[in-house]
Amino acid sequence: MELIPKLPVADWIDAATDWTTETFEFLFDFIKNDFGDFIEIVAEDWLMGIPIWLFIIVVGVLAFFVSGKKLGLTAFSVIGLWFIANQELWEELMNTFTLVIFASLISVIIGVPFGIWMAKSKVVEKILTPILDFMQTMPAFVYLIPAVAFFSIGMVPGVFASVIFATPPTVRFTNLGIRQVSHELIEASDSFGTTGTQKLFKVQLPMAKKTIMAGINQTVMLALSMVVIASMIGAKGLGQTVITGLQRAEVGTGFVAGLGIVILAIIIDRFTQNLNTQRGEQ
Amino acid sequence: MSTEIKTIKRTIIMRKEEVTDVPIIQVENLSKIFGKNAKKATKYLDEGLSKEEILEKTGNTVGVNRASFDVEAGEIFVIMGLSGSGKSTLVRLINRLIDPTEGSVYIDGEDLAQMDGKNLRNVRREKLSMVFQRFGLFPHRTVLENAEFGLEVQGIDKNERQEKAKKSLEMVGLGGYIHQFPGQLSGGMQQRVGLARALANDPEVLLMDEAFSALDPLIRKEMQDELLELQESMKKTILFITHDLDEALRIGDRIALMKDGRIVQIGTPEEILVNPANDYVEKFVEDVDRSKVLNAEHIMKRPETVNIEKHGPRAALERMRKEGLSSIYVTDTKRNLHGYVVAEDVSDAAKQEKKDLKEILKTDVPKVNTQTPMQEIFDLIHDAPVPVAVVEDGKLKGIIVRGAVIAALAGSEVNLNGIDS
Repeated sequence: MELIPKLPVADWIDAATDWTTETFEFLFDFIKNDFGDFIEIVAEDWLMGIPIWLFIIVVGVLAFFVSGKKLGLTAFSVIGLWFIANQELWEELMNTFTLVIFASLISVIIGVPFGIWMAKSKVVEKILTPILDFMQTMPAFVYLIPAVAFFSIGMVPGVFASVIFATPPTVRFTNLGIRQVSHELIEASDSFGTTGTQKLFKVQLPMAKKTIMAGINQTVMLALSMVVIASMIGAKGLGQTVITGLQRAEVGTGFVAGLGIVILAIIIDRFTQNLNTQRGEQ
Repeated sequence: MSTEIKTIKRTIIMRKEEVTDVPIIQVENLSKIFGKNAKKATKYLDEGLSKEEILEKTGNTVGVNRASFDVEAGEIFVIMGLSGSGKSTLVRLINRLIDPTEGSVYIDGEDLAQMDGKNLRNVRREKLSMVFQRFGLFPHRTVLENAEFGLEVQGIDKNERQEKAKKSLEMVGLGGYIHQFPGQLSGGMQQRVGLARALANDPEVLLMDEAFSALDPLIRKEMQDELLELQESMKKTILFITHDLDEALRIGDRIALMKDGRIVQIGTPEEILVNPANDYVEKFVEDVDRSKVLNAEHIMKRPETVNIEKHGPRAALERMRKEGLSSIYVTDTKRNLHGYVVAEDVSDAAKQEKKDLKEILKTDVPKVNTQTPMQEIFDLIHDAPVPVAVVEDGKLKGIIVRGAVIAALAGSEVNLNGIDS
């Protein structure tokens, strides 16, 4: 053991992070300022600008139609949201919601193309698989550190950390969905002279839609769980209230905020699952 | 006999040549070897090693071994073989869903094996359409959307392509199902959609890979009939893959038999049945219901005749005694059939010193033509007092005796040329 001294891996990574921070400072600053402003506008001006009663009604109506005109999800959404409003956690809810939406959207926008790339090339699959494993098994808190280094504190590093943590399921499921399309259908497509793009958009993606949507659902759930953790670096929202409860040892405060997160999670989960129906399915 | 077979083959070729000069599909020395270093393994094909030996030596699997054949425009060419014989690989080499290891596939004189992606796509879009064993329908598209797929890929305007797709669906009897999804249809109907999708493109060649094999026997037969009926009006070139010999014999104009990646025989259904190229083919065709395939020409033999212009009763009696016959057919010098005479009458006439056969000539001849299928000959031969006469244009071509029919059913020697020498 003594022959090889302790390798300064941590130092190397620090150096790499410093280098990245300095080199891409202009980019990070741009994202931090402009993108950060945009997130706040969406959360505070748009979402919080909607009257609470109107918001609850709109979600209720959407839930009714999304769930196939069943009352369960509708009732749960309306009562759940009313409860959060009643506990004076509406602003926190809107902030958390905004973060989840942004983190999920970015994850999907990055994840789906990578998943397609992975499905089209065995080499890419071999390279990406261990990276995805790494991203998912690394304790989520670790992502907060470079996030702070790049973007300091606030909403933007929260989104950044969430995206890293939440993207893998979308990539994996997109890859899986496309690879699961039966060989005969690929042959059928090829035999009619489709180009690679035609095959992708007319056969592979529509056929893989259900699997991809399951991946996106996972991504949204992971983003939500990460958004709470991101409160530690100043991302506003329900998570912050949880942490306040923790710091002041107020079980009640923490529990109520936690309940709010659970309600949000269930509503988002049921919405995304119900949207996931395939055409031509019996 | 062998020279006569050659004559027949030549006439077949000549007949085909009248249709077009260049065959629509020409396959030359086409080989596919699966696995790494496939190119190296081709030298073992040259050495004539078997599939097993090559697998042992190199670890490569021979899919198709030096296949060569031509398919003429408008014919149904069946490639038949058991599973693992390479027939499905062969059909995929023809539209290059699988890249060949060696050899060429010419479609309208252009070598597909050498084509770049763009040209290959164009050939697939315009000239070749494929129908799949498990239908290969897109479950997320309606019947109509499936049928228009090939046209959509070509970028054809929506109204026009839907019009064509509808026509094609009506042709296969699915006009009323266009907004259903494939999952809502039965197997037979799904394969009709597959067929309609292939036909909507109006391709020159239809590749059908075990298209009816997944259907139950009754539906399969129905589909075969419909395909033949459609073919009457479409006159497409169809390359049909099957493992079912009855199906091959039923719909094939010509059949190529495959074993271990090699084509062992190519011929018309009759040629395959009657002249199996080797023991393998012979074993294969052993159980076939021959009565469906063979016709009068195959089982008739050279008739003994007397000439009404030259021979009298005495000569006729002499000939019958020599051959041990109880009746004999009477023709003239141009072999026009006049009737037959029976031994009793001939003998009486000879005793009465009559000179002419006309008086005792019987004209109730049991007649068939050369193309009459064997099935129809059964009843006739059962009731006939004399051997059945095979007549064409009034001329006697041969006779069929009861024994020949039974022998043919039993699968023993039959004449391809019709008249044994």
